Amino acid sequence: MSIDVRNITKTFGDFVALDDVSVSLPTGQLTALLGPSGGGKSTLLRIIAGLEFADRGEVHIEGVDATDLTPQRRNVGFVFQHYAAFKHMTVAKNVAFGLSIRKRPKAEVRARVQELLHLVHLEAFADRLPSQLSGGQRQRMALARALAVEPTVLLLDEPFGALDAKVREELREWLRRLHDEVQVTTVLVTHDQEEALEVADEIVVINGGRIEQIGSPDLLYDSPANDFVMSFLGPVTRLGGRLIRPHDVEIHLGAVPSAHIGTVTRLTRVGFEVRIDVDVDGQPTLATLTRAQHHALGATVGSTVWLRPIDGVSTVAVPANGPHRASAGSPSKCSVASDSDSDSDANDLVATSG
Amino acid sequence: MADATIAMSRPVERLAPRRNQRDRRVTRHLFRAIVIVYLAMLIAWPLGLIARTTFADGLTSLRETLDDPVVTHAIWLTVRVAMITVALDLVFGVGVSLLLVRYRFRGRRVLSALIDLPLSVSPVVVGLALVLAYGGRTGWFGESLEGAGIQVIFATPGIVMATVFVSLPLVVREVVPVLEEIGTEQEQAAHSLGASSLQTFLRITLPAIKWAVVYGVVLSLARALGEFGAVKIVSGNLVNKTQTATLVVEQKYQDFEQSTAYATSFLLALAAVICIIIVAVLRPTESEPR
Repeated sequence: MSIDVRNITKTFGDFVALDDVSVSLPTGQLTALLGPSGGGKSTLLRIIAGLEFADRGEVHIEGVDATDLTPQRRNVGFVFQHYAAFKHMTVAKNVAFGLSIRKRPKAEVRARVQELLHLVHLEAFADRLPSQLSGGQRQRMALARALAVEPTVLLLDEPFGALDAKVREELREWLRRLHDEVQVTTVLVTHDQEEALEVADEIVVINGGRIEQIGSPDLLYDSPANDFVMSFLGPVTRLGGRLIRPHDVEIHLGAVPSAHIGTVTRLTRVGFEVRIDVDVDGQPTLATLTRAQHHALGATVGSTVWLRPIDGVSTVAVPANGPHRASAGSPSKCSVASDSDSDSDANDLVATSG
Repeated sequence: MADATIAMSRPVERLAPRRNQRDRRVTRHLFRAIVIVYLAMLIAWPLGLIARTTFADGLTSLRETLDDPVVTHAIWLTVRVAMITVALDLVFGVGVSLLLVRYRFRGRRVLSALIDLPLSVSPVVVGLALVLAYGGRTGWFGESLEGAGIQVIFATPGIVMATVFVSLPLVVREVVPVLEEIGTEQEQAAHSLGASSLQTFLRITLPAIKWAVVYGVVLSLARALGEFGAVKIVSGNLVNKTQTATLVVEQKYQDFEQSTAYATSFLLALAAVICIIIVAVLRPTESEPR
């Protein structure tokens, strides 16, 4: 295990940022810490980096107890959301910083900087100042700077959060390729579930200072441990007192067994998908179809439809009093209703999986 | 209804910017006139008169002044005091700024307010306070210090202390906002790349606040050259011993040696102008790398 976090607790005044968190991150993988703002994910990352110290608990990096080590001695690469570029130094000097601190020979530093600038596609910008770069270029420079010292782990704190959507997408893809190339243990903090799903080998969902679930992107998406993970990782709707993804809802114009009957209230076409709002016993339910599926079905507003989960998909029980709510950044279409008129056990948060 | 409103509002919208523009131009000229009158009446004209009086009969008055041993001694004392003051301001100014911005401690806001105090308290009061604390016969520490052979009041150390007291805030007030603006992320990045605290300060923090420090130091140098009230009380104004340039100006003026007073004043003003020109020349280069 490359990073071993044991029973970390951290409070800021009365606010509990991390509550007895333990997690092991394997060597060479790209792990995403995913959660809403203020959930503690950045604090955990900063504790791993040594920029913040835990009240209780231990951090081990590659088998070394790093709990009391200063950031200077941890050999971690840290990339900040706002780049933290050394403004008075050229791009090359920025990248060379860690090496010149380590008093490496000049020729070696030059060669390594060249190599890294090539890796992040900034060779042409070596003599520019950070202020002459775009946001995306600055962040690539910051990555090269962090990689220059050959860190044991690379820690990225919302690295693409300050960039616009298009650049963010490009960099996300580029980061994944870079990681396959460099193979350094990487931890990425993000509140963007799409970013986590696309880039990470493993996702740790953190909310309210606790870990909600750890697993591969597919596992988390398909078999969320609870309603929070389910609503945070993708769109969610309610059907028969259980939470389900709208694209996992089967919709029929004729009666089918074990289905819920309802009336179509609205049709919304968004790009390739058609969103169908259905009223099931006064409870709004959302189903999404591709436009081809919708044509084949031919439902219109006012049609009576039968809804049921597609065979084998997982659903999650609706919590009784909504202990978890999808917070900001959640893309969920349908809120997790706080009152439950369902027949399911209110405290049963275990995912049912086919 | 809605259409009518739009139709009515249109001509108004078209007129408004024009009137706005005219208003703005008038305001601009008005402000410019006020500033020019202010600068001329209060600064340029009186200072110009000093230069004119100094050079009324060519260089003679300036030459005589520089031949006067009382004046040259005072000028050298002033230069020496200014140099020591600037060195102390540099060290303490940057130190206090770091303390105020980077650390959270009990009494931080009190310290911050105290730093500003010398700007609002009359220098004469500062001088009296220093005499009360360090005076040889009556001062709190004065007696024991003098017993150890260190004379503070009526000597150079006292003059330096008074000057540092009044000029330190100039450095702190320049450096603090810049330190706040650059934040701590660059420093944290440097730490995580393996830099020690000293390396981080020298390679990251100091270059970032460099121009603020230079500006503050030049301001404090100008202030140190020109300090009068506090120095007058603390120094005792002893001719050829503790009399500084500003004190010489006052004395010569009262002794009816006007030409010497004006010439010395001119030299003081010249030094201040040079300080400001240096800053003006340095400043543009600062905006470039940003």
